[in-house]
Amino acid sequence: MAEYNLKTPIDNETISKLVAGDIIYLSGTVFTARDEAHMELLEHGDIPGFDMTGLGLYHCGPVMQQKDGKWNIISAGPTTSFRMETLEPEFLDKFKVKLIIGKGGMGPLTLESLKKHNVVYVSFTGGAGALAAKGLGEVKGVYYLEELGMPEAVWVFEAKGFGPLIVSMDSKGHSLYDDVNSKTKENLERLLGD
Amino acid sequence: MLNKEALIDRLVKGMRDGAIELPPDVTAKLEEAHSKETDDIPKMQFKAILDNIKLAHDESLPLCQDTGIQVFFIKAGYDFPYLNDIHKAIPLAIKKATMEIPLRPNTVDPYTGNNPKNNLGPNMPAITVELVEGDEATIQIMPKGGGSENMSALWMLTPAQGFDGLKKKILEHIQFAAGKPCPPIILGVGVGGGADMAVKLAKKAILRPLDVTNSNEKIAAMEKDILDSVNKLGVGPMGLGGNTTALAVHIEYTSRHPATFPTALVIQCWCDRRAIIKIDKDGGMS
Repeated sequence: MAEYNLKTPIDNETISKLVAGDIIYLSGTVFTARDEAHMELLEHGDIPGFDMTGLGLYHCGPVMQQKDGKWNIISAGPTTSFRMETLEPEFLDKFKVKLIIGKGGMGPLTLESLKKHNVVYVSFTGGAGALAAKGLGEVKGVYYLEELGMPEAVWVFEAKGFGPLIVSMDSKGHSLYDDVNSKTKENLERLLGD
Repeated sequence: MLNKEALIDRLVKGMRDGAIELPPDVTAKLEEAHSKETDDIPKMQFKAILDNIKLAHDESLPLCQDTGIQVFFIKAGYDFPYLNDIHKAIPLAIKKATMEIPLRPNTVDPYTGNNPKNNLGPNMPAITVELVEGDEATIQIMPKGGGSENMSALWMLTPAQGFDGLKKKILEHIQFAAGKPCPPIILGVGVGGGADMAVKLAKKAILRPLDVTNSNEKIAAMEKDILDSVNKLGVGPMGLGGNTTALAVHIEYTSRHPATFPTALVIQCWCDRRAIIKIDKDGGMS
């Protein structure tokens, strides 16, 4: 289990050396997108002037507060990534992000797409919203706020050591969630057989 | 007399405490679970959870960005004189709390997708009133997150399946739910009544403090048995493997129709937030 401090934009070489179980502290540009933002971006292609190459895509609907015209992050832990499972392959076909940050893991469609595009999925602890807000640092901008509302908007953050993030699905097809699933299935069979 | 402004402020404080502070019984269980993990990844999950609890407290920040749907359970005496005031105050308090704490605007019209940005809407807020003997009222506030709520289940079992069948359903379901409801979780289980009552009982079961078991010894033993088995699944904190998948199993029950065995499961995430407000017949609040 290696530990890395990474800064965006992240290149392919860096992603290739990451393996499931590694720990990352991330600095640089991270943007949020949940269900609605995924659909909006897939429909409209891109956000003019916002290049996603090498950035972190964060499954998150934060609590934000505006004070004196400036947006502050109040609480911003990850949302359940699995809801984006059917949307993510097409998203990765279109947008060249290098990290997906979320919780709970994703399925075979995304795992395959991570391989295809050399991307890793990393997990942050669900519910740890205050801790996440601290690591995510400053707000750089927001898109689709009026159309989609606070939780679903695309928020762009300048992270400073956001983590610990666990590489739970690497770009070689190894998923820690699949490992746990195999074990819990075996345990279930045994428990039901008792 | 009950001061209406003070009631709104007390309700806002309840929602603030709910969003920011974890009840001590929950933190104690999480600390205990942290000490029981041996592998790095689950240990790291518990460390982040405990660091987050401290940071939220120190800086008065919501523990989780999903500040939930504000769910109210009110137990009022037949002779309690202020139910009307409470019903009127709750929506005003929710609006205020959403701005001030702040809470995430979480109520969305299912058809239009419109978010009124105040945590209100048709048939909201979610208030359940139970009438009992006496002249006082207890208001319990539960901010309920979406990730855990998504993993709720209703099973209309046959009487032959009974409690053994229920245990099997629960184990299969928790294995399937894996990391999605943010384990370690609390399992609220409702048995009997009809489909509606089973689900309501399951949700109410979550309000019980974690160190309190069902007063019926046999049901309490069943709670412990299911908890032990759920933890043997090995889902672990955040579904990344580990020794603690659930912190508690709470079963509540009522009579059933002889032909039915309604059972429901409502899951609460580790961020088991709740607040209690008591109001007496003279309007005194605590």
